[in-house]
Amino acid sequence: MLELVNVSKSYQGRTVLHPTSLTLQPGQTTVLIGPSGCGKSTLLRLIVGLLEPDSGHVSLAGERLTPYNLRAMRLRMGYVIQEGGLFPHLSARDNVALVARQQRWDAARISQRLDELAELVRLPAELLDRYPAQLSGGQKQRVGLMRALMLDPAVLLLDEPMAALDPMVRADLQDDLKGIFERLRKTVLLVTHDMGEADFFAHRIVLLGEGRIVQSGQLAELVRQPASEFVGRFLSAQRVPMLGEVEK
Amino acid sequence: MKRALFVMLAFAGTVFAQPIAVGSKEFTESVILGEMLCQLLEARGHPAVHQSDLGGTQILFQGLRNGRLDVYVEYTGTLTQELLANARPRSADDLRRLLAQDGISMSEHLGFVNNYALGVPRALAEKRGLRAISDLRSHADLRFALSNEFLGRKDGWPLLERRYQLPQRPTGMSHETALAGLRGGQSEVTDVYTTDAEIEKYDLVILNDDQGVLPLQHAVLLYRRDLPSEVVDVLRSLEGTLSTETMTRLNADVAVRRQSEADVAASFLEEEFGIQATEPTQSPNERLARWIAWATIQHLLLVLVSLTLAVVLAVPLGIAAFRDARVGAVVLGTVGVIQTIPSMALLVALIPLLGLQEPPALVALLLYSLLPIVRNTYQGLREIPTSLRESAEVLGLTPWARLLKIELPLASPSILAGIQTAAVINVGTATIGAFIGAGGYGQLILTGIRLDDWALILGGAVPAALMALAMQGIFTLLERVIVPRGLRLARG
Repeated sequence: MLELVNVSKSYQGRTVLHPTSLTLQPGQTTVLIGPSGCGKSTLLRLIVGLLEPDSGHVSLAGERLTPYNLRAMRLRMGYVIQEGGLFPHLSARDNVALVARQQRWDAARISQRLDELAELVRLPAELLDRYPAQLSGGQKQRVGLMRALMLDPAVLLLDEPMAALDPMVRADLQDDLKGIFERLRKTVLLVTHDMGEADFFAHRIVLLGEGRIVQSGQLAELVRQPASEFVGRFLSAQRVPMLGEVEK
Repeated sequence: MKRALFVMLAFAGTVFAQPIAVGSKEFTESVILGEMLCQLLEARGHPAVHQSDLGGTQILFQGLRNGRLDVYVEYTGTLTQELLANARPRSADDLRRLLAQDGISMSEHLGFVNNYALGVPRALAEKRGLRAISDLRSHADLRFALSNEFLGRKDGWPLLERRYQLPQRPTGMSHETALAGLRGGQSEVTDVYTTDAEIEKYDLVILNDDQGVLPLQHAVLLYRRDLPSEVVDVLRSLEGTLSTETMTRLNADVAVRRQSEADVAASFLEEEFGIQATEPTQSPNERLARWIAWATIQHLLLVLVSLTLAVVLAVPLGIAAFRDARVGAVVLGTVGVIQTIPSMALLVALIPLLGLQEPPALVALLLYSLLPIVRNTYQGLREIPTSLRESAEVLGLTPWARLLKIELPLASPSILAGIQTAAVINVGTATIGAFIGAGGYGQLILTGIRLDDWALILGGAVPAALMALAMQGIFTLLERVIVPRGLRLARG
């Protein structure tokens, strides 16, 4: 599936990501978590090719990412960011259909796929003709997800997709997203800074600190056997009860 | 059949035969003489066009050298002291030889002398007993308002000041303003031309050049050596026919008695050569209305054509500047520098390449339109949020699709605002077209200033202001069509 092999990156002499390897398990949700500046954004930007690694490589289904196949590889990745990254001048429908049109899908196929996806993300079909400015935060994210899923990508990458939403809308969307990931059996990489959200989604949590993977596994493993003092501190900062406290 | 063919050929002949191009400077005497040359040529069977009110000696002389003009009236002093001053011609033969190197011939004198002179109001001259320039030396309190040209010319004020030891410190301004100042009492002495109608109109006394310092300015024809000899013969039939008194009277007919230059020229040709005026004369109001209508078309064409070309050129330049920082520095720097070139200098520089009339005016307007459009395109693209630019990239859109479907639509409000700025500025700047015979409202304004005729000045200035307002309005409407609805919603 998606694989990072000894990927590293420095900016102006400062190492933001030490050589790191990571494999996403097919059909599973991997959550990348860590404090700000830990390198999680850098890692995601390396995967989608917005940054080029200083060493190592990224590969998708055995094929390495290079500057030459970058665009073709991107068509096989779905990418969702805060607020959905929707283009304000295009209607929801046009945002979602943009790449399919470039790939010369015919109108019937596009419209069928739109109906399918709207139902999947539970977006009322009449909202598709609205512009982003006329949609709520949660609706925008649903449209953003439709856009990412349009070409049925091999992997879905989500960069803090719920950070800007208020708690009730967020909980609603979290439920729906989890259901969708399970139904589609997508390989998912979700970046968040919220441990509750991470635990809710993750088959595996990958904790990043100061440009390295500090520990990975399920939350229970992290709690039971923190790999370092940093893991313990990070978890308690997230108000996750540690083993000693649970026993009390 | 044969006859039809002949008619067609004759028609084609009139369309394709190059008419003789007559030029004139932007003062009344020159325009009358230009009209006179045109009507004389037409009456003798040579089609001619008059490019009147061209903005300055250099524009006419360069136009003649480059073959864009065939003939105009020049003054000998201007030739020796200004146009060919560096070659220091010592005699008339010297002058002819120098002109021949540029493919130009000079006629004999037309008859009148139009010298620079100093004029003072009659009442003042009588009160102070002023008769000659040397009398001014003992009246240091007199205020001088001189035309900028006279103030700067080597054969003008600097020469007088040195030779007559004049103590006054003159102020420079336009000829018309200087005369207005004299009338209003803000100044007491100004430079005039000896054939000037203003001498009569403002009741001035000409101070005698008692030391003979100012060079004699004989009027002569300058024409291209390659003109057919029969045309040259027609032109040269004017030699010796215009006395100083006649020329002064003709100038006053226009400036004081408000006849058109064409009518004044026609009546002289009728007296002198017995040529019957062919064109029916129009009433002044009719003439002004037609002129404004024609100027509107010319002005609008200048603005729209130059703006269209500027958009085609400037938007890609703005995109290139955005894509590559080094290209950006060069492009933005260059269009910025272009903006600072004075319009007159730009026009004079363009004449050797593009000649007179519309082409150089269009190119000048195009160049002046670049800055707002390039800068707003660049700025509009730069202001697109990084998250949107990266979203477009990660989606896997091709660079072209990103530009056309995402970046340009997002930058469209800024680009459109740049084009609007250029359009409004262009309406104002297009008045410079009049300096090189491209017509437009500037022609009305310049002529109005020359003739001190407010109807003409307003006839140019008011429609120009209205056109600028109309541009503003049209672009506000265009914004509704061009800027995507979603963007307008997003901006609230």
